[in-house]
Amino acid sequence: MDPILRREIILDHYQNPHGHGLVDEDGYIKINTNNESCIDNLDIMYKIVDDVIQDIRFDGDACAISTSATSIMISSLIGKTRKEAALILEEYEKMLNEENYDSEVLGELNVYEDIYKQPNRKKCALLPFESLRRILK
Amino acid sequence: MNREDFPIFQEELIYFDNGATTLKPQCMIDAMVEYYSKYTANAHRGDYDNSLKVDLLYEEVRDKVRDLIHAKSSKEIIFTSGTTDSLNRIVFGYMRYRLQPGDEVLITKAEHASNILPWQLLEKEIGIYVRYIPLDRHLVTVENVMNSITPKTKVISLAQITNVLGDERPIKEIGKICRDHGICLVVDGAQSVPHIPVNVDELGIDFLAFSAHKMLGPTGLGVLYGKEELLEELRPTVVGGGMNATFDSEGNLEYKSLPSRLEAGTPHIAGVIGFGKVLDYLMSIGMENISKHEKMLKEYCVSELQKIPNILVYNADIPGSNVAFNIDQVFSQDTAVYLNHYHICVRAGNHCAKILKEDLLVKNTCRASFYFYNTKEEIDQMVKVLKASENIFKIVL
Repeated sequence: MDPILRREIILDHYQNPHGHGLVDEDGYIKINTNNESCIDNLDIMYKIVDDVIQDIRFDGDACAISTSATSIMISSLIGKTRKEAALILEEYEKMLNEENYDSEVLGELNVYEDIYKQPNRKKCALLPFESLRRILK
Repeated sequence: MNREDFPIFQEELIYFDNGATTLKPQCMIDAMVEYYSKYTANAHRGDYDNSLKVDLLYEEVRDKVRDLIHAKSSKEIIFTSGTTDSLNRIVFGYMRYRLQPGDEVLITKAEHASNILPWQLLEKEIGIYVRYIPLDRHLVTVENVMNSITPKTKVISLAQITNVLGDERPIKEIGKICRDHGICLVVDGAQSVPHIPVNVDELGIDFLAFSAHKMLGPTGLGVLYGKEELLEELRPTVVGGGMNATFDSEGNLEYKSLPSRLEAGTPHIAGVIGFGKVLDYLMSIGMENISKHEKMLKEYCVSELQKIPNILVYNADIPGSNVAFNIDQVFSQDTAVYLNHYHICVRAGNHCAKILKEDLLVKNTCRASFYFYNTKEEIDQMVKVLKASENIFKIVL
């Protein structure tokens, strides 16, 4: 991906993130994720009805990578079934671990295709997906 | 000052993370290498030349530490693995057996985790109460200490200099209050002993903990100072070789006298020998000179940063050796990654003081912490990079 376009997408999601702000409504499951190796700390809440992800909200303090990854994750997952979400998680992790992966599945998440080159930031890009892994269990 | 003594400066590096650990001078590295390459032996053991030499060198360093902090006797100096280890031994080797349910320990929300968590654990274990001295605009005042004391207060445990804001507490005055009220004063010296002259006798300190690696020395080594009569009562939390006088199969056990009793197992001999070199080195520069230079650097850094409109400085008015700041609207870690791009090392985060945010209302900051080898030119470089921070996301993303 073109580095300038990539930066613009990340920056746009960081500055105007999807799903920002928690809600006080029934039907959501809230999960806290924090990065043991740094200081990011996010609360992410999921609303899943009939196996379909209806809504995801988040709040917290996190760097540009964690925050943008959360926003892109949210926009990628809403409307997806658990199975589809699990596939996205699987392919995303493969990408970050430098394994062969299906970029078609990942859409905008492909902006993190080079993040493995910065090991300290890879954890930031994975942070919101920790909550997804837990919710899919 | 003295930059030529630090081999790491052969590479391009601006190191402003001295609160986390300091750089190492060649004399320290050489001393450790020499021990490993020319006269390796255990201490306190053999009757051969190298072992005797090691034994002498090891004990000489204890005397140097005694002199550095003006302890009465070398028996009052125990080598540990660091400040955390020292504080844990004070809490679990001494306080656990001296305090009664209902007794109070006073700390603050600005303490490092290692001066909070052991007390909180002891609170759960034996029913003491951990109370927090209110901070007055982030600072400890003598008045607030006085107002926090109750007849149940048995211990006050404070960092002499805090690691987030770098403020120096009025330990001498607090020491006097402690003496007047029969309170034990524990001081976390991790951020003070490396930077200012510390005299345990004048300050009225009962226990002092500090780390070698924050004052040019090796990692994995620290000091526990305690008044001799208190250390006599401190129970070994680790037992084994080197600390027992006799034992038998019946379980009869007699400990050695101080300080050996509290140094079970083979100590960090190479580290202690290296530490001895840096103590000589620091003494030759003079702790007063170090403190003066750092305060000058901080004043300069603050005045330069305050000229940049979108930089927030959180501890401008506090004299010391570190500057806590953020770029407005930028997460501290992104700022640290940005500075790293220019080989400038600062720390981002809560600096192990996770509950200070309750008082500071800022969760995370960047911290530039200085030591005597830092220069105004290095600060100029950081200021220049921060001035150009409208480009930050071009760099970090």
